[in-house]
Amino acid sequence: MTSAKRIGEVLLHAEGISLSFGGVRALTDISLEIREHEILAIIGPNGAGKTSMLNVINGFYHPQQGAITYKGATRRRMRPHQAAEQGIARTFQNVALFRGMTTLDNIMTGRLLRMRRNFLWQALYYGPALKEELEHREYAERIIDFLEIQAIRRTPVGQLPYGLQKRVELGRALAMQPELLLLDEPMAGMNVEEKEDMCRFILDVNDEFGTTIALIEHDMGVVMDISDRVAVLDYGRKIADGAPDAVRANQTVIDAYLGVAREA
Amino acid sequence: MATLYALFVDPFAQMWDNPEFLLEVVIGGLLSGVLYSLVALGYVLIYKASGVFNFAQGTMVLFAALTFSGCIDLHVPIWLSFIIVIAVMVVLAFGIERVVLRPLVNQEQIILFMATIGITYFLRGLGQIVWGGNVRTLDIGLPKAPMIIGGVLVNAFDLVSAAAAGSLVAILAVFFQKTAVGRALRAVADDHQAAQAVGIPLKTIWVIVWTTAGIVALVAGILWGTNLGVQFSIELVALKALPVLILGGFTSVPGAIVGGLIVGAGEKVAEVFWGPALGGAIEDWFAYMLALAFLLVRPQGLFGERIIERV
Repeated sequence: MTSAKRIGEVLLHAEGISLSFGGVRALTDISLEIREHEILAIIGPNGAGKTSMLNVINGFYHPQQGAITYKGATRRRMRPHQAAEQGIARTFQNVALFRGMTTLDNIMTGRLLRMRRNFLWQALYYGPALKEELEHREYAERIIDFLEIQAIRRTPVGQLPYGLQKRVELGRALAMQPELLLLDEPMAGMNVEEKEDMCRFILDVNDEFGTTIALIEHDMGVVMDISDRVAVLDYGRKIADGAPDAVRANQTVIDAYLGVAREA
Repeated sequence: MATLYALFVDPFAQMWDNPEFLLEVVIGGLLSGVLYSLVALGYVLIYKASGVFNFAQGTMVLFAALTFSGCIDLHVPIWLSFIIVIAVMVVLAFGIERVVLRPLVNQEQIILFMATIGITYFLRGLGQIVWGGNVRTLDIGLPKAPMIIGGVLVNAFDLVSAAAAGSLVAILAVFFQKTAVGRALRAVADDHQAAQAVGIPLKTIWVIVWTTAGIVALVAGILWGTNLGVQFSIELVALKALPVLILGGFTSVPGAIVGGLIVGAGEKVAEVFWGPALGGAIEDWFAYMLALAFLLVRPQGLFGERIIERV
């Protein structure tokens, strides 16, 4: 993966983000840039504030301080569905699929915002609404092919093994045709083979559709392999940000991550 | 000994002797059970989509029926009255979302439940202020004569209500399973947070759900009202939907229907065959006893989702 690919302008700029819950500071004065077409990995020990950061970006949490500039517009607070409307899609650490629904239906929910007809039309199973439904169905099928999950199209996702659920969740996010894709530990709990598949999908998405990706991951091998840039959080602060190799060599990061300094 | 005979032998002997009569009783029970199903359906819709147990559902049935019969009394044509009431229910749904649900978002379930009790009183008062407290008759020309089909005596009105309820359920099924909005509703029912992340606006969904529950309430109200007159005791009858929900499961649409049918048929059979031995009026409490028995054996109901907590 060449870092010199099409990485472009700053797509999202978070500035001076501070977030606390009661007396607990989750994030302290974090500034972070996400550039177009890049794959940014956010790493850090447990409880470092990685998921909180994603939650701030897609509007689940509203930070007490700081602002986020996305596609040139600055905002203090945004609701999750507004973030979705503006092209931010995400997956969750502990898979948040619609468990009672089939794989296909789950992916189709991702198409909802792309449907032009208003809600009254969509409530009908007739005429233009039906035609539109079929168009989106076609798109969903393309994603199913891409992720190689044809065989489980009609299976309620609650019955699927964990690795496949993660894949379906990625599919639902992709169905939104996002500009910015936030992945919260996309490979957690997977075996080596599943991880390899997932890496391939992430790289392909980034490559073929130019989707910007910010992901949280604990597997350092994976992080170093696929990301263009790595940001490291520790205790709610950003302690490093740079190319994978530079971050790997950074002494502060090594100390925070491995705690080797105290070992001696 | 005589008591035991009257309880455990005689009823079955009667059923055996006169199977056609048993069939008649069961069919009559099933058809009146359809009405329980309709009321229960309203509860299920709202519970599924927002996790709120809507105590006001019974009052919504009453309110819809009152408004409908009020329009009819003002000589508004039936079809127009129907549309007017639906419009009123839409306005009500918007109001409830704005005034009750939105300020209470992310609150405990019990608080939302209390809020729906508030809605109950509000609607009851509003209905009385606008339409008065008298019992109204509702006659929109539904047939009421009994008729004989295949040697079995059936009430024509019951058939009409069964048909109306059946088509309503069929429409709801297509709506939920096939349309984009239905998919969004199911998504919200499944996982609020994920639904928001894919861009489903919760507020719109709540308005749609409450509107749907309002329309179901209207159909139930028209059928109840035609049968018993539009009066405030409709609310009490709506309480019978609770045992239906316990039987069917709070989250299951088919459960609400099957539960209603079981309660309807069960209480009629109990009344007719065990009534003499137990002194009658079994219909009033049979459903609750059945629900109690069910709670001991299968608390999640016939079709409810099993609650498995991972430890």
